Amino acid sequence: MEFDALLLSRIQFAFTIAFHIIFPAFTIGLASWLAALEFNWLRTGNPLYRTLFRFWVKVFAVSFGLGVVSGIVMSYQFGTNWSRFSEFTGNVLGPIIAYEVITAFFLEAAFLGIMLFGWERVGDRLHFFATCMVALGTLLSAFWILSANSWMQTPDGFAIENGKAVPVDWFKAVFNPSFPLRYAHMVLGCYLTTAFAVAGMSAWMLLRHPHDAPETKLAASRRSLSMALWFATIFVPVQILIGDLHGLGVLKYQPTKLAAIEGNWDRMANMPLRLFAIPDEVAETNHYEVGIPKVGSWVLTHAFDGVVPGLKEVPRDERPPVWPVFFSFRIMVGIGFAMLGIGLWSLYLRLKGTLFTNKPFLTAAMIMTPSGFGAVLFGWFTAEIGRQPYVVYGHLRTADAVSPVSAQAVGATLIIFIVVYAFVFGFGSYYLAKLLRRGPDPVEDIRGDDLGKKPKRPFSVPDEGLEGRPGHRAQPAE
Amino acid sequence: MFGFGTEYEGLAFWLPLIWAGLLAVAVAMYVIVDGFDLGVGILFKGAHTENWRDRMMFSVAPIWDGNETWLILGGGGLFAVFHVAYAVLMPALYIPIILMLIALIFRGVAFEFRFKAERSKFLWDNAFFFGSLLATFFQGMVLGAFVQGFANDGRQFTGGTFDFLTPFSVLTGISLIFGYGLLGATWCVMKTTGELEIWARRMAVRFLVATIIAMAAVSLWVPFLGRQIETRWFSWPNIAFLAPIPLVTAYVAYRLFRDLEEGRHYRPFFLAIGLFLLGYLGLGISLFPYNVPPNLTIWDTANTVNSQLFALVGFAIVLPITFAYTAYAYYVFRGKVAEEISGGGYGYH
Repeated sequence: MEFDALLLSRIQFAFTIAFHIIFPAFTIGLASWLAALEFNWLRTGNPLYRTLFRFWVKVFAVSFGLGVVSGIVMSYQFGTNWSRFSEFTGNVLGPIIAYEVITAFFLEAAFLGIMLFGWERVGDRLHFFATCMVALGTLLSAFWILSANSWMQTPDGFAIENGKAVPVDWFKAVFNPSFPLRYAHMVLGCYLTTAFAVAGMSAWMLLRHPHDAPETKLAASRRSLSMALWFATIFVPVQILIGDLHGLGVLKYQPTKLAAIEGNWDRMANMPLRLFAIPDEVAETNHYEVGIPKVGSWVLTHAFDGVVPGLKEVPRDERPPVWPVFFSFRIMVGIGFAMLGIGLWSLYLRLKGTLFTNKPFLTAAMIMTPSGFGAVLFGWFTAEIGRQPYVVYGHLRTADAVSPVSAQAVGATLIIFIVVYAFVFGFGSYYLAKLLRRGPDPVEDIRGDDLGKKPKRPFSVPDEGLEGRPGHRAQPAE
Repeated sequence: MFGFGTEYEGLAFWLPLIWAGLLAVAVAMYVIVDGFDLGVGILFKGAHTENWRDRMMFSVAPIWDGNETWLILGGGGLFAVFHVAYAVLMPALYIPIILMLIALIFRGVAFEFRFKAERSKFLWDNAFFFGSLLATFFQGMVLGAFVQGFANDGRQFTGGTFDFLTPFSVLTGISLIFGYGLLGATWCVMKTTGELEIWARRMAVRFLVATIIAMAAVSLWVPFLGRQIETRWFSWPNIAFLAPIPLVTAYVAYRLFRDLEEGRHYRPFFLAIGLFLLGYLGLGISLFPYNVPPNLTIWDTANTVNSQLFALVGFAIVLPITFAYTAYAYYVFRGKVAEEISGGGYGYH
C-alpha cells in the first residue's frame, strides 16, 4: 500500500468527518431535547425543567462549538483534497451545500447567541423561539447534507456533459432515491444517540449521588432519565423498522454494497442470516461462518427464498473492501438490539416501580452512554465504505476524485489534524466530564423576567470557574 | 461588461455577474464581521487585566459563530456557483487554507473552554490570541496569492504546493493583521467603557497608522508583480474615474483619526469598515472579472445556467431573512458590555 496523496486524503477525510459527525449526532438531538425541556418549563412552570435546561444547555454549548469548528474544515476539504470531485459534482452538489449554509447555518448561529446569552434580554417567549430555531437549524442542516450524501450514493436528476454532472431535474436530485429513508434513519439515530447519552449520564448521576444528596438534584436526574428512556423505548423499534426499509433500498440501488454487508459471494436464494464470518477477499469465500438458514433472504426480500445478489457478479475492482463493511454493519445492528433491550428492560422496571433504584439497570444504562455514537459511526462506515470504489456511485471513482496536491502536503496536514483534534477533543471531554460531575444545579423557582433580581449561578461567567466556589466571586486580577 | 464575457449571452452572461456581486457581498460581510472579532483576538494579548480579557471576549461571544458562518458561505458559495474556481483555488491554497482552519479551531473552542477552565485558562487565552493572529495572517496570504494568480489548465491547478508563498503574500498577511486589529480596536471602543475603552482608542490609532502604511506598501508593490494591474488604474480615461478612490481613502483615514481623538464611540468602527470597503473596491477593480487570476473569468468558472438559477432562487428568498435575523441578533446585544459582567445584562442564561 503506497501512501500517496489519494490514500492520505482518504485517511484525512475519514478522520476529520468521523470526528466531526460525533458532535452533530449529539447536538441535533440535544437541540430538540432542549426545546422540549423549555416547552415543558413554560407550560408547567415546574422549575425542574429549567434546572435541566440550564444543565444540558452547557453540554450543548461545548458540543456545538466543537461541531462548528470541525464543520468549517469539511466545507473546505471538498476543494482542498477533492478538487476533481468538486469539478465533477459542483453543478449539482454546490447549490445543495449552499442551501445548507443559508437555510441552516445562519439560523443556528444567530439564534444560538440569543439562546446562550440572551434570556434576560429577550424574555421567555422569544428565548423559547430562539431555542426552537436552533433545533430547526440542526434539522435543516441534516436535511441538505444528507441529500448531498444520498446523491453520492444514489445519484439522480442529472446528465453527464463534458465529463461533468449537470443538473436536469432538481427535485429528483434533492429527493434522490435513498434520501428520504436515509434522512429519517440519520435523524432518528441522532435523537437516539442523545437519548442514550442523556439516560446514561443521568443514570451515572443517580448512581454516584448518595441518597442524602439534594433532593432537587436527584429529582432532575430522575426526570431526565425517565424522559430519555421513554423516547428510546418508543423509537428504537421504529428505528429498526426504518433501518430495514432502508436496507431494501440498498438491495435495489446498490446491490454490490448489499452483498458486502451480507458477506454474500454468490448470487443465491435462501441466503442465511450470517451472524459471524471472516470474509476472505482473496479466496472469495467466508471462513468460520455462523448463520441462521434462510433468514437472511427473508430479512432482505421478506421471502425465505428471495434472491440476494453476490459479490462475484462484479469484477474485483468494482467491489468495496468486504470485511470493514461486513463488520461495521454487524456492530451497528448489535448496538441497535442492545438499545432495544434497554428499552424493554426499562419498561419492565417502570411497571415494577424500581426504575430509579435498580443498580444493575442503572449501570447498564450508564455503560450505554456512548452507544448511539458507536451506532452512528459504524452506520456511516457501512454506508461510505460500502460505496467504494466509487465516490459518486457508478459514476466517479474515488481514485479519480482527488486533488493535484502532493503527498507530503497531505501527510503534513493529516498529522496536524490528528494532533490538534486529539488535543481539542481531550480538553473538550475533560470539560464535559467536569460539567457532568457537577451535575444540574437547582435553580430558584423564578421566571426569566425576575432573574435580574435573584442571585444566579450562571454557566461560564468569567469570574466563576466550574470547580466552583458558589457564592464566592474571584477578584479581578488587577 | 467592459469588453469581458462577450462570448456569453442572456442568462449565461448575467447570472455569473449577479453571482459575482452576491459573493463579493458575502466575502465583504465576512471580512468585516469576522474581521472585527478576529481583531479582538489580535488585541487580546495586550489587554492589561483578566477583567479586560473577559469583557473583550464577551463583546463578541454571542455573535462570533454567526460571523464565521460567512466564511462557510464564501467557500460554499464558490463551490455552489463557480465550482471550477473552487476546484482550482482550493488545492492551490492547500497549505494556507488548512492552517487557517486549524487556527480557527483553536480560537473557536477558546470561547467555550476558556470560561470552563481554572488552571488551564492561560492555555485558552493563548489559543484565542494565536488562533486569531494566525487565522488572519493566513487569510492575508490567501489574498496575496490570489492577486498573484494561479497556474492552471482551465479545470485544475497545475502549480506547486508552495507557489502561494512569496514576499508579497507575507506582506499581505501582515497587512491584514493590522487591518483586522484596527477593526477589533474600534469595535472595543464602541463596545467597552472606562480604562479598557481608552486603551482601545490608543491601540486603534496605532493600528490605523500601520494599516495605512500597509495599504500603501501593497499598492506600490502590485506593479512589480507583472500582472499589468497598474495599467488598468493609470490609463486614460480610467484614471479620471479611479483617482477619487485613493483620495477618499485618505480622507476616511484622517476622519477616523480625528474621531478617535475626539472621543467618538460609534463612528470610528464604521469608518474603519469604510476603509476596508475602499480597499476591497480597489481590489475588485484590479481583478475583475477574474476569479482565478490571471486567466479564468467568472464566466469561465461558472456552473451551468440551471444550476446557478436554482441556487439564486434560494438566495433571493432566504438571504433577506438571514440578514434580518442576523441584524436582530446584533440588536439584542447592543450597547456597551458591563464592566462587572456577571452582575449585568451579559450573564449566561
